Amino acid sequence: MQSRNRLSRREFMKFSAMSAGALAVAACAAPGAAPGAAPAAGGEAAAEGGGQLEIFSWWTAGGEVEGLNNLFDIYTREHPDVEIINAALAAQGAGQGGEMKALLETRMMGGDPPESFQVHLGRELVDSHVIAGRMQPLDDLYEEEGWADVFPADLMNVIMYDGHPWSVPVNIHRSNLMWYRPSKLELIGADAPPATWDEFFEMADALKEQGIPGIALSGAGGGGNGHTMESVILSVFGAADWPGLFDGSISWSDPRMTQALEIMNRLYDYAQPDYLSQSGTDTNDIMMTDDGPLLMISGDWLHGYFKSKEFTDYMWAASPGTDGIYLLLSDSFGLPKGCKYPENARDWLRVCGSKEGQDAFNPIKGSIPARTDADPSLYDEEQLWQMEQWKTNTLVGSLQHGAAAKQSFLVDYDQKLNDMIATRDVAATQEALVQAAEDAEFGQ
Amino acid sequence: MAASPQTITRRPRWRRWLRTDMALAFLVILPSIIAVAIFIYGFIGWTFYISMTDWKSSVVDFTFVGLKNWIRLVGDRRFQIDLRNLLFYAIGFMTQCIVIGFILASLLDQKIKGEALFRTLFIFPFAVSGIVTGVTWNWLMQPATGINLLFANIGMEWFRPNWASDLRYGIWAVSIAAAWQFSGYVMALYLAGLRGIPNELREAASIDGAGTWGIYRYIIIPLLMPVTFTAMVLTGMNAIRVFDVVAALGGPGPGNNIDTLALNMYQTTFNAYRFSLGAAIGSVMLLLALFLVIPYLRSLQLETER
Repeated sequence: MQSRNRLSRREFMKFSAMSAGALAVAACAAPGAAPGAAPAAGGEAAAEGGGQLEIFSWWTAGGEVEGLNNLFDIYTREHPDVEIINAALAAQGAGQGGEMKALLETRMMGGDPPESFQVHLGRELVDSHVIAGRMQPLDDLYEEEGWADVFPADLMNVIMYDGHPWSVPVNIHRSNLMWYRPSKLELIGADAPPATWDEFFEMADALKEQGIPGIALSGAGGGGNGHTMESVILSVFGAADWPGLFDGSISWSDPRMTQALEIMNRLYDYAQPDYLSQSGTDTNDIMMTDDGPLLMISGDWLHGYFKSKEFTDYMWAASPGTDGIYLLLSDSFGLPKGCKYPENARDWLRVCGSKEGQDAFNPIKGSIPARTDADPSLYDEEQLWQMEQWKTNTLVGSLQHGAAAKQSFLVDYDQKLNDMIATRDVAATQEALVQAAEDAEFGQ
Repeated sequence: MAASPQTITRRPRWRRWLRTDMALAFLVILPSIIAVAIFIYGFIGWTFYISMTDWKSSVVDFTFVGLKNWIRLVGDRRFQIDLRNLLFYAIGFMTQCIVIGFILASLLDQKIKGEALFRTLFIFPFAVSGIVTGVTWNWLMQPATGINLLFANIGMEWFRPNWASDLRYGIWAVSIAAAWQFSGYVMALYLAGLRGIPNELREAASIDGAGTWGIYRYIIIPLLMPVTFTAMVLTGMNAIRVFDVVAALGGPGPGNNIDTLALNMYQTTFNAYRFSLGAAIGSVMLLLALFLVIPYLRSLQLETER
């Protein structure tokens, strides 16, 4: 696996030159011309077989990378003559995969895209790359593989933009989950986790008297606050009004948004000490300590992490006030225009969308397959619960994880929430969010 | 024989010029001049131009919008915090580097044993990359597990600062980490300066009755002013463009407490795809750097004229 993770020297040189040249290309090329300018000879090379398959992702640790390697193994078995280049870059920076996206942007602008790259299904892909004319529609692939029949109809709505599918979802994650510790509930004599935020604050007050924090929050870096906040917003607005926040029909100055911000602002008073210096990954560990908090809001990937640490004192439920709603995010792979080996890329997408591929990737990644025909015997109890919920819940796209709104709005949203940690000023934060929504030109 | 001066005078001026050393010198540096013109000044101009366009997504848009991005920047909360942070960081970083650098250099100049060893030790952090510095200090500055444990173990439990995650003073903590890295370099500058001061001057001063303090106050420090000036420009430039240490320390940090212009520029450009706004931030950094460089160049000029 080592050799895949490392860029060869030649690749590195090529890449450095490319990123240096990105500005120059941007300077000279007319909009949209750059991707098309990439060598057309690539197609011929692929026709002869062999060549390369360069895949960008932010999967670099734990079950993620094992899942990715499983996909690579299937690919290599079917196409042994193709060299796979795993150009993975860890998930740091603004939002998930921030650094990878920045790097990808220079490659795309320089007209040298990889064969395929990880991207959140929905607006992140559409606004960053589809509208810019950098992606190839995948209608023929969807038809050949019959994917429209195996992906749920609600999901197909997220996949389609402008009448075409643009990427292949490899997994489904859920954002609005609450991970709580039964042992902490016992301390205050509660037998069920909080079903609403009001209930939470009552419990958290009781725990505070015993010196136990109510919730794990992260102040340092990443989208921890944005993640918690989107569950809070969803609990106040509900599934029916959630999409309205991103299509311009509901204003961010809505009094319900004030209510949501007030809940979020109050949560900081119940956070663990030193949360300001702790990142999202730190809070995962804080949750497992003896004097750790009652609960944290995190995606279903936390389950795999707890399992790998052999931590057992935890249960999960929909985050307070969002029962029956599935706030979904999905990692997908698309086909950029002008990549060197488009045939290799198409074969890769076939693996990503196949039953075998999804069943090899998801059990170990801790997500559930986007396909409805997966083999249930491969999945653990938490995943089976999610798969059940996936079938019965209302599905809405996650904001923090790129499904609901464009990337620039997400960066703003995280920034404004980050400001609130220092100011603790709900009115100013809301004003800033309204401004951000205006910048994002929702509904236009 | 008489013919040759005649032919020379008949040649056009530019043909004559071509045969001079000047022409050869010009030819030799021409590639560098072209490269510098394009890749430095050309791109600086390009950045300024981009900052006045409406390029705010992955779709390139060269519509000219004048100072719109600049005006937006001035009103932007994060940008204002960045400027405040730059001020505090520059003060903290420059003062620490220059004071610590000067003290270390003076100590090393006392003809002590093992000078080479200490010199290497002090300058060693400079060989470490900013990312490594940032990551290491990030561990050291964890409130519960870092150097605070040391203080707790010697009975100073009351001293438990939040260091880089402190909402108000975080940026000063960052300047400590950065100064740890850069002080050795400033020490090397001062050491070279100290070695350049002739011993006769010190001897003359001590014969005139000056003590150690007097020698430093009236001979050494004034003579080292050019070095101090260089150190100020170098550390100042470093302060304006600091990125790696801050990024590794968890920047922009809670409430943007340790955010910097460079970090803001990077996230605005490559995470939010607001290329024009990012270019405007970059341009501001360039202008700030000019405030440092122009007086420096002027002083060099004055010195050569003298």
